[in-house]
Amino acid sequence: MAEFTLDDIRRILRASAGVDEQTDLDGEHFADTAFVDLGYDSLALLELVNRIEREYGIQIPDGDLAHTQTPREALSYVHARLTEAHV
Amino acid sequence: MSASGIRPGRRGRSVVTGLGVVAPTGIGAARHWESVLAGKSGLGRITRFDPTGYPVRVAGEVPGFRAGEQVPGRLVPQTDRFTHFALAAAEDALADAAADPATLPEYEMAVVTASSSGGTEFGQHEMENLYQKGSSWVGAYQSIAWFYAATTGQVSIRHGMRGPCGVICGEQAGGLDALGQSRRLLDTGSRLVLSGGTDASLCPYGLVAQMSTGRLSTEDDPARAYLPFDAAASGFVPGEGGAVLVVEQADAARARGVPAYGELRGYAAGFDPTADGTAARHSVLVSVVRRALADAGLAPGDIDMVFADASGTLAEDLAEARAITEVFGPGGVPVTAPKTLTGRLYAGGAALDVATALLALSAGVVPHTAGLGRTAPGCEIDLVLDRPRQTDPRTALVLARGHGGFTSALVLGAGDRDARTK
Amino acid sequence: MTASHRRAVITGVGAVAPGGIGRDAYWDLLTAGRTATRRISLFDPAGFRSQVAAECDFDPLAAGLTPQETRRMDRAGQFAVVAAREAVADSGVELPGADPERVAVSIGSAVGCTMGLEEEYAVLSDGGRDWLVDHSYGVPHLYGYMVPSTLAVEVARQAGAEGPVALISTGCTSGLDAIGHGVQLIEEGTADIVLAGATDAPLSPITSACFDAIKATTANNDDPEHASRPFDGRRDGFVLGEGSAVMVIEELESARRRGATVYAEILGFAGRSNAFHMTGLKPDGREMAEAVRVALDRARLDAGDIDYINAHGSGTKQNDRHETAAFKRSLGQRAHEVPVSSIKSMIGHSLGAIGSLEIAACALALRHQVVPPTANLSTPDPECDLDYVPVTAREHRMDRVLSVGSGFGGFQTAMVLGRPTLGEAA
Repeated sequence: MAEFTLDDIRRILRASAGVDEQTDLDGEHFADTAFVDLGYDSLALLELVNRIEREYGIQIPDGDLAHTQTPREALSYVHARLTEAHV
Repeated sequence: MSASGIRPGRRGRSVVTGLGVVAPTGIGAARHWESVLAGKSGLGRITRFDPTGYPVRVAGEVPGFRAGEQVPGRLVPQTDRFTHFALAAAEDALADAAADPATLPEYEMAVVTASSSGGTEFGQHEMENLYQKGSSWVGAYQSIAWFYAATTGQVSIRHGMRGPCGVICGEQAGGLDALGQSRRLLDTGSRLVLSGGTDASLCPYGLVAQMSTGRLSTEDDPARAYLPFDAAASGFVPGEGGAVLVVEQADAARARGVPAYGELRGYAAGFDPTADGTAARHSVLVSVVRRALADAGLAPGDIDMVFADASGTLAEDLAEARAITEVFGPGGVPVTAPKTLTGRLYAGGAALDVATALLALSAGVVPHTAGLGRTAPGCEIDLVLDRPRQTDPRTALVLARGHGGFTSALVLGAGDRDARTK
Repeated sequence: MTASHRRAVITGVGAVAPGGIGRDAYWDLLTAGRTATRRISLFDPAGFRSQVAAECDFDPLAAGLTPQETRRMDRAGQFAVVAAREAVADSGVELPGADPERVAVSIGSAVGCTMGLEEEYAVLSDGGRDWLVDHSYGVPHLYGYMVPSTLAVEVARQAGAEGPVALISTGCTSGLDAIGHGVQLIEEGTADIVLAGATDAPLSPITSACFDAIKATTANNDDPEHASRPFDGRRDGFVLGEGSAVMVIEELESARRRGATVYAEILGFAGRSNAFHMTGLKPDGREMAEAVRVALDRARLDAGDIDYINAHGSGTKQNDRHETAAFKRSLGQRAHEVPVSSIKSMIGHSLGAIGSLEIAACALALRHQVVPPTANLSTPDPECDLDYVPVTAREHRMDRVLSVGSGFGGFQTAMVLGRPTLGEAA
């Protein structure tokens, strides 16, 4: 099963949606800060989902991540999907 | 009031109070102007990709542009290079005009830019993803980075400008048309307009598409590749970059207490149906110039310098030289084309010419056209060669022709921003 | 300047739309409430999230183009030229006439010649294999595909125009903005005749893929005929479309002098931007409401003067709620009293072109005094509580109508049209 960590979320966000000067993706509160407070809008989250789907070969149905607020929530969702895919 | 908001009576005065330049001659209006006066060319062998396999290998690239430093970090991967250029230039132009959008009425600020081919490089990358990997590899930002309105939209958002925003495409003439439109916006309720244009189509697909016109120079020596009005003219060199200008109602600028580089005094546009090779009935360029002069309330003798379109192809150079001669008489006005230092910048080209002309008006000099040798037979114009002329010009005419027949002219008058070297 | 005395009227309409080529076929479709959405046939949509579109059954040669015109022009250009010819014939105006400099062109397009650009890319890059695309496979008109201004050039050549020619590209408000630009050229005295309209032919893999990526288009692939559902609770995104409408817009006095039949007068228009987000809309509809307010002001009308609203109605939840709020905010109680409909339910969303097709529909609605319906509206979204004229066209007395557009980039445009008799009495 592919590893998926907070670092992967950081990496994908950096590459796809960029980082604002005032945002610290490496800060201690990253995992529990809402995406919107990190400066990421709906397009950034769509792009995050698209890239996770492609890289990890999973399908994330529309709306599944619509209520995901933080990187930690996204992480646990993706972990669950990866486990399903693996079983 | 009318449907478009025009009020009866004379048009208000429109002045330019800020300049933002991103060009092969340098980033920033000051650096660009130094290069122009020094005749320092920004042309060179293409470095953004390996041009070895192409017949066109010389272009004008913007030196040392680091998007990560000049554009908000989030917008770097979300937008194309043409938008990066515009975001950086808009920021500079507002600072130059000492204008803080947060202090101005949101609906009275507008953005109108020229676009020529949109986010060309971004689009090529995403088409590569599509054709190599599949449709699900096309990124979310393709929907907002590739299209022609990307720059105007991002600049409007960045600065909270909620007035009527626009995008005009007329290839190399688009920059003048955008500035012409900025005057209309100032007449219909806007007080400050960010206008101009940028282009960044120096990616392989962009260059190859440009080559299909047969007008690009295949000369390998950057010093010999773009010689408009010259007996050795061999076509033009493509470039990237452009300029963004702050255009304001003269009263609004005065109320803010900021000086103006100059005034947009007259504008006209027309379409030349002979661009497809059909025989000329008359010169559309002549008629456009005359209409622009009439709009400015000026006679040919009132114009102190002409910034030529300077296509670099023999027939078009001759047609332009003849049109200038028909209006101004043989050698009747100094003509210059500093764009030999940058190449033709498409949507950014005419906007940069206007910025250069405004810098020239405020500095009191006519910049020269660097690098030319022997003027082509039949070009009976007073081409400013070798060095700038310190003749304190008070007016300028800028000409631009866009692929397919777009023909535009803009008349500028000097402002009260004095940049003469002491 | 004699701005206050120069008024702009529509004297000719041409349309290339899904469901039938030509103005009459277009109006028949709209009034029948028939949908022209179907599974995409212009390319194989297998593997795409959204496989539905509203396509034009368009044969360029049958539509009167020559083999060379067909080769030279991208599909969007072909649409525009065919629509322009129909508009000119409809208006009866002789072009270019005595003074070509007084003839102008203003064409809108959101994505330009994207089909030609993509098809050639696929060849030059050998299916995306080579970043350094092979120039030896370049077609002679490749640059014409790269620059969208080609679309305006083609129409200008048709018209013999020597006046100002512009290609306006403000995303999905391009059509309204291009017509507005044309009106301005007439009012300010630059032109007496303008061919104004818009064209888009975005049904190609790259455009479908980019809307897939942001999940903006419908995934209702099993029921294409009912996939475009503006204001309906079961909508799930917009349906891409294609097409063009071009209109002859003339200065009222010169139109009158030659005895032209007038469809409508353009009484007011205005644009505003939300400066909020490239694709997102705030639910309050604030900037669109401001555009409507200014357009009414320029037309010297009150909310109570509007008899019909041609909505943007793209069929995304975000849009439908945004503009419903904007109508209430700008028109107050009147928003609840007038019919509101979205023709995108039938012809899909042709990006920049749709605004021109909607203005053409408004001109025809004023002439025939019939409101085209919102097809597929069977389970209204409770948040959208206006009279959206579900399913069936409606005879309705209309003197003045409002049309709005909303586009990526945050652009919001409003335009008000009036019956010619009213205009002349004013």
